[in-house]
Amino acid sequence: MRHPAQGRLTPTAGLGLGVSLLWLSLAVGLPVAAVVVTSFGNGPASFVAEVTSPEALATIRLTVGAAVLTTAVNAVAGTLIAWVLVRDEFRGKRLVEVIIDIPFALPTIVAGLVLISLYGPASPFGIDLVGTRRGVFLALLFVTLPFVVRSVQPVLMDLDRDVEEAAASLGAEGPAIFRRIILPTIAPAVLAGSALAFARALGEYGSVILISANLVGRTEVSSSYILKRIEEGEAAAAASVATLLLAVAVGVLLVLDLLQRRAARHG
Amino acid sequence: MSFSRSPMPSSPRFFVMSRFSRRFSSRRLGAFLSPSRPRFRSCPRFRSCLRPCPRHRGVAVLVASALVSAPALTACGDTSAGASGTSAGSGAHLNLVGFAVIKSAYDDLGKAFARTAPGKGVTFKGSFGASGAQSRAVVAGQKADVVALSMTPDVDTIVKAGLIDPAWNAGPSQGIVSRSVVVIAVRKGNPKGITGWPDLVEPGVGIVTADPGTSGAAKWNLLAAYSQALGPAKDKAAATAYLSRFVKNVVSWNDSGRTATDAFVKGTGDALISYENEAIAARAAGVEIDYVVPDATFLIENPAAVTRTAPPAAREFLAFVAGPDGQRLLGARGFRSIDNALTVTGVRGANDPAAPFPAVRSLTTVADLGGWATVNAALFDKDTGLVTRLRR
Repeated sequence: MRHPAQGRLTPTAGLGLGVSLLWLSLAVGLPVAAVVVTSFGNGPASFVAEVTSPEALATIRLTVGAAVLTTAVNAVAGTLIAWVLVRDEFRGKRLVEVIIDIPFALPTIVAGLVLISLYGPASPFGIDLVGTRRGVFLALLFVTLPFVVRSVQPVLMDLDRDVEEAAASLGAEGPAIFRRIILPTIAPAVLAGSALAFARALGEYGSVILISANLVGRTEVSSSYILKRIEEGEAAAAASVATLLLAVAVGVLLVLDLLQRRAARHG
Repeated sequence: MSFSRSPMPSSPRFFVMSRFSRRFSSRRLGAFLSPSRPRFRSCPRFRSCLRPCPRHRGVAVLVASALVSAPALTACGDTSAGASGTSAGSGAHLNLVGFAVIKSAYDDLGKAFARTAPGKGVTFKGSFGASGAQSRAVVAGQKADVVALSMTPDVDTIVKAGLIDPAWNAGPSQGIVSRSVVVIAVRKGNPKGITGWPDLVEPGVGIVTADPGTSGAAKWNLLAAYSQALGPAKDKAAATAYLSRFVKNVVSWNDSGRTATDAFVKGTGDALISYENEAIAARAAGVEIDYVVPDATFLIENPAAVTRTAPPAAREFLAFVAGPDGQRLLGARGFRSIDNALTVTGVRGANDPAAPFPAVRSLTTVADLGGWATVNAALFDKDTGLVTRLRR
């Protein structure tokens, strides 16, 4: 294999990069830019006023808070599930493999209907979460579950068990092996999965909307607030909140990215 | 050791997102973007072999941020285009843009119109969705010859964009082609014994409604609650007090009438504020609810109009819809006629199919309250509206 000089690309690599960038610009860059431009359509003062109105602030607080919590829980639970799926053999494992992906496969409004049937007033378990923040949290946990599992799983599968055995033979205990051998290896994947889960939780609408009952100042999420503003013909107000969430998402993703690099470097 | 190095888990991989997340972690995308980079670096310690390529993470950031914003902004533009095909011929082709609930009635109307002399050979293409979104879609350029929306302000939006003649509502029926009334849907057998508005604000009664913020048509619901409390004396203090207790009892605000019904049917609340036609349609479709037509309620008026660029057949169609045959078809789907003299019977889903539309003792209209501009400012303004303030 020929290694070109640093900073130069082979013709095929250049083509690949070009196509990727063009595709990203059309599919992602343009819409995002349009949202940001719309949000500043009435000037920066109006942007600030929109995102600091009490109702908007309440939805942003709830949405970001719930997304952070969801991400934290999923980082732990997702890693555990991935571990069980890779390391353990048990009856029904293949079924579990399929079930993991269901939150991706279900249309979100169907997920919402399922959740309200199970955790609503007619709940067979007697758990009624309609109109509560716990309900919002539950819906987000449901739809974001697969991200961490699916990121960590392949890395765990690549992990060479010889090294763990070597560590054990040199006298390392279980916790030490996990902390010094396994965790450094899977940390980047956990963080990458968490970043995706966080971004998804910020924008989730369909699965949340039924169980949240959309109570202003209590369980109204930002996506619903944004839709409301659009319905009122206030595109700039809607875009302002969307842009703020976008900024939060990019900020959190950057932080996770930094952590990921550190994890990869220092372990 | 039971561990075997099988190459991949056995899960199905037909879900896009799961592929995405796999790629992010398995460095394949990174390898694609920078083919000159070796997949595994030679390294002194094994774990840096598994270091993910940092190059692709910018991509991850972009894709992930798109996930945040895109669904929220595109969701409302969604219109499902269902063609309601009629007789093939050389007649005009009409694009019909309507609000969601009216679809089945307009399917009937299109078919019946094609059987009339002026409608011979006319074909239809229908698009149905949330009224406000449909109105915005037409302004944004969606092809429309006839629009049938849930409330007059949604037509006015299109008029303001210059696509409909400002005199569209000059006729005797003021552009209205169908009517309904606000009703209270209750659980089968009415276990809480709800017979009218006063029962809804009792402690322990949970109300389910569509949200006037996300669903413009839900404004009818709040207007009904407000206007019946105004009474003949036009007592604003009493109406405000009632609405305050009403809003406190709402346990679920939903983005559309459809989700409100879903939430109610799944067990949320004790009463669903709905429209007579929706309650009738739900019961006809087998949904287990009862409904109460209160003795004082609000008249819902659904307008329809033709656009400036519409072919002449569009006007003919609208005349047909407003005429006795069209009104009978709408009646069969649970809508009240704009012609009070017309009697409709045999409406499946109605409390009494033989006399489906009981007279209401006191029926308030938007005009009684001073028109849409007045009502919107007083009740629904996003800062100072009464409903907005009561919900805080």
